[in-house]
Amino acid sequence: MSDRISTHIVSPLAHASFDGFAKVSEIGPVGMIGLRAKADVPGLAAAIKAAVGTAAPSQRQIEIAGDRAAGWMSPDEYLLILPYGETDAALTAIADALQGQHHLAVAISDARAVFRVEGAKADQVLAKLSPVDFATLGPKELRRTRAAQVAAAFWKDGDGFTVVCFRSVAGYVMGLLSHSAMKGSEIS
Amino acid sequence: MLILECPYCGVKAEETELTPGYEAHLKRFGPGSSDTEFEDYMFARKNPKGVHFERWRHVYGCGKWFLAARDTNTLEVFGTYPAQSSAPPADLQDKIKAKRPDWKGYK
Amino acid sequence: MSTRLSKGGRLIDRSAPQEFSFNGKAMRGLQGDSLASALLANDQMLLGRSFKYHRPRGLVAAGPEEPNAIVGLGRDGRFEPNQRVTTTELFDGLEAASQNHWPSLEFDVGVINNTLARFLPGGFYYKTFMWPRAAWKHLFEPIIRRSAGLGKAPTARDADRYEYTYSFCDVLILGGGIAGLQAALVAGASGARVMLLEQAAHWGGRAPVDGDVIEGGPADVWINNAVQTLAGLENVTMKLRTMGAGVYDHGYVLAEEKVADTTPGDGRPKKRLWRIRAKQIVTATGAIERPLSFAGNDIPGVMLAGSLREFVVNYAVSAGDRTVVVTNNDDAYRTAIALVQAGLSVPCIVDARASVTGDLPAKARAMGIRVEAGRAIAKVKGGKRVTGVSLCAQAGQGAVLEEISCDAVAMSGGWSPVVHLWSHCGGKLVWDKTHAHFRPDATRPPTGADGLAMVVPVGNANGMMTAADALVCGAKGGAAAAEAAGFKAEAVAAVADAAPEADMEAVWIMPQGAGPALKAKMWLDYQNDVKVSDVQLAAREGYTSVEHTKRYTTLGMATDQGKLSNINGLAVLADALHEEIPQVGTTTFRPPYAPVTLGALAGESRGDIFQPLRKTPMHAWHEANHAYFEPVGLWRRPYTFPRAGENHEQAVHREVINTRTNLGLLDASTLGKIIVKGPDAGKFLDMLYTGVMSTLPVGKCRYGLMCSEQGFLSDDGVVARIDEDTWLCHTTSGGADRIHAWMEDWLQCEWWDWQVYTANVTEQLAQVAVVGPNARKVLEKLGGMDVSKEALPFMQWADGTLGGFPARVYRISFSGELSYEVAVPASVGLAFWEALHAAGAEFGAMVYGTEALHIMRAEKGFIMIGDETDGTIIPQDLNLGWAISKKKADYLGKRGQERNFLASPDRWKLAGFETLDGSVVQDGAYIPSAGKNANGQGNTQGRVTSTYYSPTLKKGIAMGLIKGGLDRIGDVVEFTTITGGVVKAKVVDPVFYDKDGEKNNV
Repeated sequence: MSDRISTHIVSPLAHASFDGFAKVSEIGPVGMIGLRAKADVPGLAAAIKAAVGTAAPSQRQIEIAGDRAAGWMSPDEYLLILPYGETDAALTAIADALQGQHHLAVAISDARAVFRVEGAKADQVLAKLSPVDFATLGPKELRRTRAAQVAAAFWKDGDGFTVVCFRSVAGYVMGLLSHSAMKGSEIS
Repeated sequence: MLILECPYCGVKAEETELTPGYEAHLKRFGPGSSDTEFEDYMFARKNPKGVHFERWRHVYGCGKWFLAARDTNTLEVFGTYPAQSSAPPADLQDKIKAKRPDWKGYK
Repeated sequence: MSTRLSKGGRLIDRSAPQEFSFNGKAMRGLQGDSLASALLANDQMLLGRSFKYHRPRGLVAAGPEEPNAIVGLGRDGRFEPNQRVTTTELFDGLEAASQNHWPSLEFDVGVINNTLARFLPGGFYYKTFMWPRAAWKHLFEPIIRRSAGLGKAPTARDADRYEYTYSFCDVLILGGGIAGLQAALVAGASGARVMLLEQAAHWGGRAPVDGDVIEGGPADVWINNAVQTLAGLENVTMKLRTMGAGVYDHGYVLAEEKVADTTPGDGRPKKRLWRIRAKQIVTATGAIERPLSFAGNDIPGVMLAGSLREFVVNYAVSAGDRTVVVTNNDDAYRTAIALVQAGLSVPCIVDARASVTGDLPAKARAMGIRVEAGRAIAKVKGGKRVTGVSLCAQAGQGAVLEEISCDAVAMSGGWSPVVHLWSHCGGKLVWDKTHAHFRPDATRPPTGADGLAMVVPVGNANGMMTAADALVCGAKGGAAAAEAAGFKAEAVAAVADAAPEADMEAVWIMPQGAGPALKAKMWLDYQNDVKVSDVQLAAREGYTSVEHTKRYTTLGMATDQGKLSNINGLAVLADALHEEIPQVGTTTFRPPYAPVTLGALAGESRGDIFQPLRKTPMHAWHEANHAYFEPVGLWRRPYTFPRAGENHEQAVHREVINTRTNLGLLDASTLGKIIVKGPDAGKFLDMLYTGVMSTLPVGKCRYGLMCSEQGFLSDDGVVARIDEDTWLCHTTSGGADRIHAWMEDWLQCEWWDWQVYTANVTEQLAQVAVVGPNARKVLEKLGGMDVSKEALPFMQWADGTLGGFPARVYRISFSGELSYEVAVPASVGLAFWEALHAAGAEFGAMVYGTEALHIMRAEKGFIMIGDETDGTIIPQDLNLGWAISKKKADYLGKRGQERNFLASPDRWKLAGFETLDGSVVQDGAYIPSAGKNANGQGNTQGRVTSTYYSPTLKKGIAMGLIKGGLDRIGDVVEFTTITGGVVKAKVVDPVFYDKDGEKNNV
């Protein structure tokens, strides 16, 4: 991608943020690849390794290595996360590794918005929006669910959660997270 | 509001994370089928007070369709299983028979 | 008069006065008061008017069952109507106003209904308004509209905010009285995740009010210890001011938490709705005392005995100086004893039981309180306040034996367990003769997902009416719930001193032989003004089902949902029907237990986050350029971009003309884009589309139609073949998610052995339609790829760069003009859009919106899903047979389209229409034909589907369906108008503009 274009690349909300009892910030752009392939397809592990450097995740898990990760989305779908500018190279690597195997790999970096919700009570922000039992959410669990009225996925990472939603509803999700994180509205 | 366990991702999803797909194990009738066959396929649906097999999609989760066996009256859930099933698993059928001796079978 | 006592009050802080107002009058209460106790302390007994007769009404109860004392709270953006003063905590600055009266609480003209009471019997709604017919519009409806409803709907926008929270636990205990606390101690000790919710602002429930002794000490001490123990357990969550409102399927419970009711404007949510999933639910919801039915039982100053006692013990307020106690049970003697201990006078305890022998009566007698056995209240005297009672024999017809002056009456008809939450999800009840109440039937519990019991009732709520029994029951219930949730628990209960009570005696009417005059003054439902005589009338008129009687008389249909009235009402009904109470049964208990604020149910969904509005990468540009938006699904798309001085119509016409003469730019990002890939993708698409997609050469585009299995047209769009096993399917703007789900449904559930993957990449790409004679010029100016006629002919696509932006360019047209659709990554969508505008300036580039798009496609005779289709239209109806493969053995919808009524030549088919006078056919217009149908309605032969003024052709154009379709070209038909007239129109070819496609062929 030429330098001229990279200066025009904008995340959906231009890094909006909100300080409540947890800190909400829109990050990105984050490179993402949607990879569809069955778990037993030869070359899958190699493809994921080549694209993001992690092992293939098992059911509902996300394998994180720095700014790269591979998440299990369904029995035949993976979410690969990597620096925004590296998706083309990763797609090529995947195509090589899965040559001749039935699969579909496509860049979805621009189709998503990504948020960080950080702080000791970050889980309470999400608990107001998603029917998810955070006490039983595993340390490496990628949970796909809804945030209020839209699809969302999140996982624990460091001092908080990374939340992914569709790009078109980024403003709505920012509104949800900010409303839920307002100071004084901690649940406990 | 129901909870159904998605057989693909193992999430015990609540109804708001799911989309209903109505009766399961329908056989498709296309061109060449009789009017009666097509009518049954298109319109005739079971509406039992009791054991029912139905389709659900984990729409806010892994996006997969699965099938559930459920009592429409008590809302007891006997089990869920993948949509790629031509018939309910045998062990599920046995379980339902044990719990509902009057049950006439899924067909 | 009612007043604050100089001593006592376990919940109030006398050092913390709180100023508040009632009907504008300044009053003073104390920290810890409820609004009810604060009003009583200010001698404000008259608090409202009843719904139908506008009778003066005062407090009856001290809890959520209160039917009368309902007020409006706050003002402007924080005004809340219909709030019970008994469940409202006092705070400094609280403003309350009574409701349901005019012009004032003291002088209410509506009270005239009271003198007309004999003309407003049960079921009067159904009788009176039948006749005369004309009176409905001019007399009855205005009166009903004026008097209907309690309180006033707020007019200002709610200044507060609300939220949900989702929560999960093993054992959820609803009710923090001693039974609930005991259950929590046992379940908590098992290690289960426990939630304990209490609706009030304090723990312990009624036990301290009743003077119960637990583990050898006052109940308060045990309660404080229990609360401290529980607070120290990490696996236990405790919430005060949180009411369990409803129990639903599979252990789902809704609870409403009052977060900031007493601190308005502090920025916290006013209420929080808890959406809880529990493996097991323990209902420790206590019991509610029943009124007795005697004449004048609604006069202010007549209160429930237990509530009157609660006001004295908890808040140190007395309802009156001289209180007559009337009862059919021993419990009410506690009230008499508490009153006398507080230094107040109890001139008499009127006990309907012929023989009064229990320990509590003995204690009362020993204190010198007069007890009259076998007696009843014949009548309460007073208007806005009790002035006295007359006594009679309970066994008689009401002959007055004696009159006693008093200013309060404490009544007790026994206690009914709060079975609501047990019953919401199917728990059944059993009639307990000893206590004359319904209690949960343990053999018929509500069941959960596993088919096993999911609710355990404990304490008073389970009919265990003494402290000792309630604690044992609480421990057992807590243990049972924990074990059912998979934990090992020990049912160790605290020991309460057993204070034996003599049996109560069911008394439904007082005196038992009361005549019509007395019965017409015996209130069952205070809020809705339903009396004993009304229920008896309903029975006489044939309403033998309790559900019918409820609706006919409105018994139990007020905001208190019959918490006080239902059991008494159905006992009266049973008596009138000569049946037993269990045979008559109860009405259905439905959530919520007590009213829940609508704001709490809406949660966060208001204002900007009322619903998820979808925005394209260029949305901010549209806003900055004054777009007028229209909803397309959840998308907001610019309808037009009006300039200063233009109305929308003028703006749309300008956009159409400019696009056709120069260059138009449209944000088409909302267009659905789904990638379909795999060895079987071609086969799959051939099933999905009516046409053949498998033969489409790489690099080319083809228009396709998708139908439902019934054969009806469901979506359309252009399909592009990307490579040997990859296709990209465009869908309509609203259709991407639906069509993607449709594809996945067939792939997962029917053809699961086919090797096909799909991916919805709609939001990955920003897409711009570059349309008009100068379209190629602007792309060539941006440069980077060959978009010439030769390199990129119509219905082909190419990848490349434009102005440095990575782009996929489709040469397709929905307007008939030379047109390209350019897709770029969404992240650079805005930059590309701005670059196009900048480069296009010299070519007359101008943005256009969806309405111009619609007009241009109609000028070309292109159909629009949702305009030409409505779920009953097959492609053949729209002359789209050319897009349907005749060779394919099967496609979705093929068999459906073969049904004889869809194959009929009589179906209405698409044609174009031009009015003879050039006017625009009205939306929704029909084409009538001669005669009438079997239902006497005028026959029709067609209808309009799209109709516009064409700024290009400068006349009205329309598309529509007409019997005979294109065979009718040349006919003149009539379209209806909204005012009942007709407009003549000629049937024409639906392609109005550039029939030969010259514009696009450049």
